[in-house]
Amino acid sequence: MQAVLAGFKERIRAARVAGLPLELRGGGSKRFLGRAAQGEILDTRDYSGVISYEPTELVITARAGTPLAEIQALLARKRQMLAFEPPAFGLATVGGTVAAGLSGPRRPQAGALRDHLLGVKLLDGRGDELRFGGQVMKNVAGYDVSRLMAGAMGTLGLLLEVSLKVLPMPAEQRTLRFSMSQSEALVALNRWAGQALPITASCWSGGVLHLRLEGARAAVQAARARLGGEELGEAAAISFWRDVVEQHHGFFAGVRRLWRISVPSTAAPMCADQPSLIEWGGALRWLRDPPPETDLFAEAARLGGSARLFRRTPEDEVFDPPLTPSVAQIQERLKRAFDPDGIFNRGRLCAAW
Amino acid sequence: MPSSKLASGGDGLIEALRAVLPEDSVLVETEALRPYECDGLATFRQLPRVVVLPETEEQVAAILASCHARGVPVVARGAGTSLSGGAMPHAQGVLLAMAKFRQIVRIDPLARIAVVQPGVRNKAISEAANPYGLYYAPDPSSQIACTIGGNVAENAGGVHCLKYGLTVHNVLRVRAVTITGEIVEFGSHALDTPGFDGLALLNGSEGMLAVITEVSVRLLPLPQTARCVLAAFDDVVRAGEAVAAIIAAGIIPAGLEMMDQAATRAVEAFVKAGYPLAAAAILLVESDGTAEEVEEEIGRITDLLQAQGASEIRVSRDEAERLRFWAGRKAAFPAAGRISPDYYCMDGTIPRKRLGEMLQAIAAMEQRHRLRCINVFHAGDGNLHPLILFDAASADEQERAEAFGAEILEHSVALGGTITGEHGVGVEKLGQMCVQFGEAELEMFHRVKAAFDPVGLLNPGKAVPTLQRCAEYGHLHVHHGQLPHPELERF
Ligand SMILES: Cc1cc2nc3c(=O)[nH]c(=O)nc-3n(C[C@H](O)[C@H](O)[C@H](O)COP(=O)(O)OP(=O)(O)OC[C@H]3O[C@@H](n4cnc5c(N)ncnc54)[C@H](O)[C@@H]3O)c2cc1C
Ligand SMILES: Cc1cc2nc3c(=O)[nH]c(=O)nc-3n(C[C@H](O)[C@H](O)[C@H](O)COP(=O)(O)OP(=O)(O)OC[C@H]3O[C@@H](n4cnc5c(N)ncnc54)[C@H](O)[C@@H]3O)c2cc1C
Repeated sequence: MQAVLAGFKERIRAARVAGLPLELRGGGSKRFLGRAAQGEILDTRDYSGVISYEPTELVITARAGTPLAEIQALLARKRQMLAFEPPAFGLATVGGTVAAGLSGPRRPQAGALRDHLLGVKLLDGRGDELRFGGQVMKNVAGYDVSRLMAGAMGTLGLLLEVSLKVLPMPAEQRTLRFSMSQSEALVALNRWAGQALPITASCWSGGVLHLRLEGARAAVQAARARLGGEELGEAAAISFWRDVVEQHHGFFAGVRRLWRISVPSTAAPMCADQPSLIEWGGALRWLRDPPPETDLFAEAARLGGSARLFRRTPEDEVFDPPLTPSVAQIQERLKRAFDPDGIFNRGRLCAAW
Repeated sequence: MPSSKLASGGDGLIEALRAVLPEDSVLVETEALRPYECDGLATFRQLPRVVVLPETEEQVAAILASCHARGVPVVARGAGTSLSGGAMPHAQGVLLAMAKFRQIVRIDPLARIAVVQPGVRNKAISEAANPYGLYYAPDPSSQIACTIGGNVAENAGGVHCLKYGLTVHNVLRVRAVTITGEIVEFGSHALDTPGFDGLALLNGSEGMLAVITEVSVRLLPLPQTARCVLAAFDDVVRAGEAVAAIIAAGIIPAGLEMMDQAATRAVEAFVKAGYPLAAAAILLVESDGTAEEVEEEIGRITDLLQAQGASEIRVSRDEAERLRFWAGRKAAFPAAGRISPDYYCMDGTIPRKRLGEMLQAIAAMEQRHRLRCINVFHAGDGNLHPLILFDAASADEQERAEAFGAEILEHSVALGGTITGEHGVGVEKLGQMCVQFGEAELEMFHRVKAAFDPVGLLNPGKAVPTLQRCAEYGHLHVHHGQLPHPELERF
């Protein structure tokens, strides 16, 4: 591994001297997100392997190129999991997963990927090796640079190692199904979320709401009795949620433009007559192929959230909403702090850098 | 800028502040400044040049812009309960007290969000949310006094954080003003926000990046019920192993705290909680949720504690008894104050499995530094709060207490942990920052600060040491012939 690391440093220093950017790539499964990065590919997959896993500490530390599937299999053997439920897509690496910063269905209850990121080791744009955070749950020494890496899409540094908090798998899991309209579902989801119910995932699409209950056996049974609905068999439930996580649900089939809209869970339905899929108790809304004239950036902002064009056609040029000028300035300065010559993933998050 | 000019007011600062604030909101007389000279860590005191008490965001922006124009440092202050000197004033600077920002702007029970001003007390948020069956989970022991602004700036934790997360996990959006007077927002009422995660940086930033003017927090449904198990152990190492065993069994309790014998004895005399005084350590393990859930979890916890060799196990039978179990833990700080003229509260985090080892190391340090130490832990998080007892009237004892504290923190790093779990670095732990981080990381912290505050006027001299200072800290320790962690880089 030392040789691989030395190779990375060498590539970074050379890129810096030549002023030529690098595209950081793990499994390459996420290249559809955002703009295409410029530059020569730096493949992280040779820097791989779990460094430590301590079930009693609830922490796993792995090199960035480690396949996510390998980590999930290892945790499952101890009945533990990554509670933010990232997709297990065959190719994804743990570094790419952290850099992409996406979280799955359990996000409203268990927190986002960033909430489970305890520490990182990275190479900055000078080729310096830096370590932030660590393997303990509570740590406020210095700024929280680790969490800054979640969702930064590899524009701030090359992740080398990540330490993630893991959680026990719930003892019991049941999935319920209800027939209801989008607006009925939004009201019900918000009401339930304000009560002590063991709900850990929700998905509404095409007039059907699916609800996942997880936790202590007795609690799940009591909630199931209280909520009613129709129960799915175990196998059907598992495959249903896997399809949601990995976007194999029928809603995603053949989509051209897919919008991912993050709004307060109580926001009114958007483009109500267009096909949509709603997760996160109402806080995440997927819209497929909405009429091109609707300005979804503005519409999401009006509702207190933001929109992102998640899957696009080659003609689409703008994927993310603009930031306010003062926040954009801070972000640009952060980028320069980590990567003064702009060699990592140039153009990926922001056309200017 | 020469300080004599500042002291004379020749830069027009006071006049500029008076132009934006009512007269009684600009304090310059020494008696008026006195209450602000330190925070909860009274060893570090400094009178500010002026104290201002704004009540609107526009006033904060105008104050910051005025300071920026004149190169005057600014220190924000909430309730002043920080235990690391983070809110200690700057001699030539403005102390920006946020005490008048006391409004709960809005509670949205359906969306489970509270929008509050930074001067609102932590406890007041839960009180306001209570009629809707909701509460705010992070619960620092100082929650009746400390403010949410200070909680965000310190990324405060508490007993509930094992299950419900720290402040950073429960804050959705922060509005803040930069040193140039610009208003910025990080996060949103939606769960994901585009761009870099500035919200993560602001949590725990110790007033170094921006002044927080509004905070939106996540509210959770009040658990239907809660019960607590009190378990006694004859041996501290076994108590530490029991903590690991509970977690390994897949249980994340609502609270998992540990007190050593010295701590239980100190509090028992004070609160009469009925703690077993013969035990070397006690654990408090709380379960919350629906009645069925709690029943099931308490059963599993007691079985595990039995198997781990607890000498006594009690389960709270009613709310009164549950609160009595906690009363002692919550009174640990005042109890220490009762049995000793002064105490020094440390705050390190270590991997849970090393709790026993750490307690043994602290016992050895008690001998070496000739001072007593009582230990209370957020054991479930591995976050320790040793209270070193001393008498500040004796300069020698004070010095030994500080050396003792520094050794505990440096040992935390050696065990794979950190020098602060929730109280922050402030001015107190600048030396230990040089033990935990190398030159490259510290330089990066300075660059991150500069991205928000290029001139370095917000809370200067706190949280991140200069490399120069680290060099001096390194020398000091070599001089005493006890260089800790020789494997770590020095400069
Ligand atoms: C809702 C949703 C839908 C998804 N849909 C798909 C899908 O359709 N197809 C699919 O294959 N996967 C999909 N995924 C899975 C996703 O691709 C993976 O979770 C993971 O993010 C990709 O990892 P990777 O190693 O392939 O990253 P890559 O695609 O290689 O990289 C992702 C980003 O991370 C950066 N990066 C990678 N490694 C590092 C590193 N070590 N340090 C710094 N930056 C790095 C890259 O530069 C890039 O910006 C989806 C995930 C979600 C949540
Ligand atoms: C008895 C006791 C028990 C404690 N228990 C705990 C505990 O269990 N857990 C825990 O985490 N802490 C605990 N603390 C420490 C302290 O209460 C917390 O750090 C708290 O978050 C500080 O809040 P404050 O309002 O008093 O902030 P202050 O002490 O006034 O300020 C703390 C820091 O925050 C900054 N700040 C304050 N307001 C703002 C603002 N609006 N914008 C920007 N920066 C700001 C200040 O500049 C300073 O750096 C305890 C303290 C005491 C005295």
